[in-house]
Amino acid sequence: MQQKSNRIIVTVIGHDKVGIIANVSTVLADAHANIIDISQTTMDEFFAMIMMVDVEKASVPFDEIKRRLNAKGVEMGLSIDAQHEDVFKYMHRI
Amino acid sequence: MPMPFSAQEIVETIRMVQMENLDIRTITLGISLRGCAHPHFETMASNVYDTVCRRAEKLIAAGDAIQREYGIPIINKRISVTPIALVAESSAPDGYIAVAHALDRAAAEVGVNFIGGFSALVHKGMTGGDRALIAAIPEALTSTERVCASVNIGTTRAGINMDAVADMGHIVKETAARSADRGGLGCAKLVVFCNAVEDNPFMAGAFHGIGEPECVINVGVSGPGVVLTAVRREPDADFGQLANAIKRTAFKVTRMGELVGRAASDKLGVPFGIVDLSLAPTPALGDSVAHILEAMGLERVGTHGSTAALALLNDAVKKGGAMASSYVGGLSGAFIPVSEDAGMIDAAMMGTLTFDKLEAMTCVCSVGLDMIAIPGDTPAATISAIIADEAAIGMINHKTTAVRIIPAPGSKVGDVIEFGGLLGRAPVMAVHRESSAAFIRRGGRIPAPLQGLNN
Repeated sequence: MQQKSNRIIVTVIGHDKVGIIANVSTVLADAHANIIDISQTTMDEFFAMIMMVDVEKASVPFDEIKRRLNAKGVEMGLSIDAQHEDVFKYMHRI
Repeated sequence: MPMPFSAQEIVETIRMVQMENLDIRTITLGISLRGCAHPHFETMASNVYDTVCRRAEKLIAAGDAIQREYGIPIINKRISVTPIALVAESSAPDGYIAVAHALDRAAAEVGVNFIGGFSALVHKGMTGGDRALIAAIPEALTSTERVCASVNIGTTRAGINMDAVADMGHIVKETAARSADRGGLGCAKLVVFCNAVEDNPFMAGAFHGIGEPECVINVGVSGPGVVLTAVRREPDADFGQLANAIKRTAFKVTRMGELVGRAASDKLGVPFGIVDLSLAPTPALGDSVAHILEAMGLERVGTHGSTAALALLNDAVKKGGAMASSYVGGLSGAFIPVSEDAGMIDAAMMGTLTFDKLEAMTCVCSVGLDMIAIPGDTPAATISAIIADEAAIGMINHKTTAVRIIPAPGSKVGDVIEFGGLLGRAPVMAVHRESSAAFIRRGGRIPAPLQGLNN
């Protein structure tokens, strides 16, 4: 299968607090990953921030970015995860 | 560029993976061993070992890479092979154990936990090779770790080979006896089928069918937890709405299988076969098919209404799955193994779920009597009669049915057999004590039903 994109979706779920965007952006910038769009919503009582990120020119592989984001999440008491865009494309678009 | 997905869609996917145990249950590489036949069994066994190792060399690495790339857990990587009775037919009868050991070593070498296909298709009759394979099953399963066996004893087209059914009662007993120190665990790797499918990716009944190509990737997706959440979200929905909610969920889950299957096919350079969307429970919390039926409004699975609830679930899962993938196949539906499902275990221990009710439920589930422990002193003829009943259900209803039961040596009704891991623990369930021996002794073949004469 041809991978059409090198975009990932980063999700941050937890209680809202100061510095979420700054911290996540720093992790991504350090990996040379480019944030394309950010949106946020509330899910039940939780805050959810969603970022679309281009990792085409990233300096580290996807699983390493994911590991760093997970670690930052643990540090901040949030759930931070990243998944390939194709996962959402397959599940929600025909 | 704007975000192409809504926040709800993204959160839904994340929730499925992180909180509801959505996973790819298995990527199964089917491998043809038809080129391995040889009159000398040592050569045949070494051909088998070499072929499996060569074809599956990159399977584990490819699975791990897909898991990393997409962030979807892939629980098992497995292999299915051509029914060994076909491959070893021309070797000496004592070659069958050698080939089982070759399969076991090859599975260990490439790093898969199960390899299926120590199998024979005898629905209309047995060749010498079939007979030798069936006789070798108890030793093969108890002297290897990873090899799984299956025997197809009936089809809608051919009827039921009752001589093979009679033999299988003894084979199940002997396999249990040889693994008595582990509660008869050998029987967990032995499936007796009616209408076996050729592209099933799930163990223990997977084999690479004779109509399949050299190599193929089949993907098994699961997700009882995801469906459970969808059902719980609809406490007041009528059955039409409920079926719709399940279909939507099944569709989304199957799309993941399609994505992973195509990625695996691409990485391995092997054609993509099918996605099998089966609700395959595990003993983990929130991964139970029984709990889905209970969430539909039953106090405990096994009570009246369980068969209707399962029929709705099984059908809605198939309908959702069928629309989601270009090739849906395998067993697609809901599995109801007892020992692998926390809700089934509870219901069996409380006495709500009985053996006879399970048999009724298999008329509408995707497979059959699965992972059920029965008393160790159950006669072989009774086991054969259980197999015959289950095969009759499959034969008449044009569906796959299977029996995987464990007559745990020394056990009595009420005991609990611990298998550990994904195989879980099985409460020993009562079977009828009245004899079926004279029925089984008749032998011969139950003729194909009218349903089979549909040309």
